[in-house]
Amino acid sequence: MNFDYNEEQQLLADSIKRFIDKDYDFETRKYVASAEGYSAEVWGTLAEMGLLGLPFSPDYEGFGGGAVDLMSVMECMGAGLVVEPYLPTVTAAQFVARAGSEAQKKAILPAVASGELKDGLRADRSRGALRPRARRGRGEESGAGWTLDGVKQVVIGAPQADQLVVSARTSNDGDRGISLFLVDARAAGVSMKAYRTIDELRAADVGFKGVQLGADALIGKPGEGLAHIEAVVDFATALLCAEAVGAIKYANDATLEYIKTRKQFGVPIGAFQALQHRMVDMVISWEQARSMACMACARVDSEKDAGERKRLISAAKIRIADACRHVSQEAIQLHGGMGMTEEMKVSHTFRRLTMIAQQFGDADHHLERFAALDKVA
Amino acid sequence: MDLSYSGEELAFRDEVRGWLAANLPADLRDKVGDHEHLSKEDLLRWHRILAKQGWVAPAWPKEWGGTGWNVVQRYIFEEECGYAGTPPLVPFGLAMCAPVLHKFGTEAQKKRHLPPIYNGDLFWCQGYSEPGSGSDLASLKTKAVRDGDHYVVNGQKIWTTLGHYADWIFCLVRTDSTAAIRQEGISFLLIDMKTPGITVRPLILMDGGHEVNEVFFENVRVPVENLVHEEGKGWTVAKYLLGHERMNTGRVGISKRELTKLKAFAARQNKDGKSLMDDPRFRDKVSRVEVELMALEITNLRFLDQMRRTGQPPGADVSMLKIKGTEIQQSLTELMMYAVGPQAQPFKPLQADDGFDAFAASLAPRYCNTRKTTIYAGSNEIQRNIISKMSLGL
Ligand SMILES: Cc1cc2nc3c(=O)[nH]c(=O)nc-3n(C[C@H](O)[C@H](O)[C@H](O)COP(=O)(O)OP(=O)(O)OC[C@H]3O[C@@H](n4cnc5c(N)ncnc54)[C@H](O)[C@@H]3O)c2cc1C
Repeated sequence: MNFDYNEEQQLLADSIKRFIDKDYDFETRKYVASAEGYSAEVWGTLAEMGLLGLPFSPDYEGFGGGAVDLMSVMECMGAGLVVEPYLPTVTAAQFVARAGSEAQKKAILPAVASGELKDGLRADRSRGALRPRARRGRGEESGAGWTLDGVKQVVIGAPQADQLVVSARTSNDGDRGISLFLVDARAAGVSMKAYRTIDELRAADVGFKGVQLGADALIGKPGEGLAHIEAVVDFATALLCAEAVGAIKYANDATLEYIKTRKQFGVPIGAFQALQHRMVDMVISWEQARSMACMACARVDSEKDAGERKRLISAAKIRIADACRHVSQEAIQLHGGMGMTEEMKVSHTFRRLTMIAQQFGDADHHLERFAALDKVA
Repeated sequence: MDLSYSGEELAFRDEVRGWLAANLPADLRDKVGDHEHLSKEDLLRWHRILAKQGWVAPAWPKEWGGTGWNVVQRYIFEEECGYAGTPPLVPFGLAMCAPVLHKFGTEAQKKRHLPPIYNGDLFWCQGYSEPGSGSDLASLKTKAVRDGDHYVVNGQKIWTTLGHYADWIFCLVRTDSTAAIRQEGISFLLIDMKTPGITVRPLILMDGGHEVNEVFFENVRVPVENLVHEEGKGWTVAKYLLGHERMNTGRVGISKRELTKLKAFAARQNKDGKSLMDDPRFRDKVSRVEVELMALEITNLRFLDQMRRTGQPPGADVSMLKIKGTEIQQSLTELMMYAVGPQAQPFKPLQADDGFDAFAASLAPRYCNTRKTTIYAGSNEIQRNIISKMSLGL
């Protein structure tokens, strides 16, 4: 048993932490979020640090990393509230890395690693999760290629994306009727209704109207998309859990610092036992969440049994969603009026944690999946 | 034991209900229902409709426009307004400054200030909190120094709700910094917001909205006739106001309306091809809030009955209503946000977009905004301190 990062992972964690502390402070982040929602400079730095290609094989200019290697990166992104579409890009590229043809890998992965390409992870219109069965997009085979029609809602990172990975129904054959496609975000027939999200990311409802795709746009085999979707979304969920842990840690640190320094009734408010116990519970929430994030990142790549993998990821997401809710609400309450303001970073962390709790399936969704996969039941 | 309203009370409720149905403008009701921003004009429009009917200040003495209703009738009226979805009556003039003037004001102060408050001609705000004095209000530092017929005020207030709309502000200020008991150095002043030296700066909350402000005072000259009660008695005035806190602190009517809306809204949401209200996990959460709300309503009525019979002010009971009422409000906004799932994430379109679901996009900001309810008007921690001290003797 060893819960520590290895030397390389620790070096990476240190360097990204330095970058965020130095070049992505709250003021910078505010600017990026309000201007383009993304900074080319920051993206370039992420590429230089090797973060964009981290999970790809060295054959495609990656570093062969897994979720555990990405964990420290995601924790830092969570603490820094990075708005750049890192998670969407890294996870969308996973479809290509896992299921793509040699040509697709060559075309996409090195370009993502070098920062040239950003991918949008397709979300789904169904509630709470990327529920494959509610696919709206339809792909029709037309001669040598495909025609894509439909709408995907709340696609995080879509407005900045160059390429989209889109799931679409290609036959009515239930779970075996879903396929994956690589779609140029600027292709004819692709439209975007873009917006800012409450947690200051960019997202869009993406429309596909008679979008013509070549045969080479298909990722993997027709009708075999679902297993890939489940695996990649679990991978993304593990990373999201790590992001949450970083954001929770920030909220706890900021709150602890605040209650030690804010004085009322002649003493720091942290002297009141009513608040001490609340703070302690927040720390317990973080420890429990971190344990589950470690488990999720350690097991999501190595667990060969898909059912067991799903159960573990759901367990992690349940615990993380609860911790997101608990800590974010308490952090605001303990900050008093200041916590309510736009000018305090903790109010931004509150919003991000609120959304993480719901992203890739809320606690209810995962409770359902967890219980359904229980071997005793 | 009989938990129901008497025949007269029911008749009164029906009268209020009927009047509201006929007189609440549909556009205002829709704005409230859709969580849209209410402008100063919206707030005042409703205020004036009630003023015209003679119902804007039920609790005031009759000679100043009060209705003469008893506590139960007043409660019924407020709950019916909440349930119908009227714009809120801004409390600073009607329910805070006015009761203080009724109790402590001079005849001249009453004549000058009460009619414009009643008619909605002048807008008031509350200047208590300061950057260093929130829960510990008695530590406030804004200074008022006597200079002939004036006080000269210097300092800063914060969190001043609707200060940007206000014509007047009532403030707690320090008139004596040497008083052995710090509460005894505090006075209650009425200040015209147009006086030179006052600056109002917006403070934006995390939902992006502007409702609170910082108010700065730099050598602001306030006529001594604007002192309420005696110099050094401001804390007595503030405490009187706390004791005067209305019995609808729990906001049962508003929460009932929101609960009804939540159920109807969730029933229309689709989860795996079924209504979200058919999902037992979600349904249970809604039921739990409903049961909490039912308990709160009955508790509220029980306290009211007690108050009517004993004639005693409510005391620490109000703290209990505030705690439960705000927790329920927070649960309701949270469930409403959950009900739309990922659609809660969109906030503002980047280009004009007719199809943008503004209602869904209002739910997460509203959830964020409602976090304030456990912080303001005496945080819920402070309310618990009050109960443990006043009721339990701890
Ligand atoms: C949206 C909004 C509108 C407001 N409008 C007005 C207004 O119009 N006019 C006005 O004067 N004020 C207004 N307020 C201010 C409000 O009354 C204060 O925010 C409140 O009193 C808390 O003070 P604080 O924010 O300084 O927090 P603090 O007092 O610093 O409290 C921080 C945390 O410590 C806790 N705490 C403090 N003391 C204790 C204790 N002894 N035991 C246990 N816990 C404790 C608090 O409960 C809170 O969780 C408003 C506030 C908000 C957020």
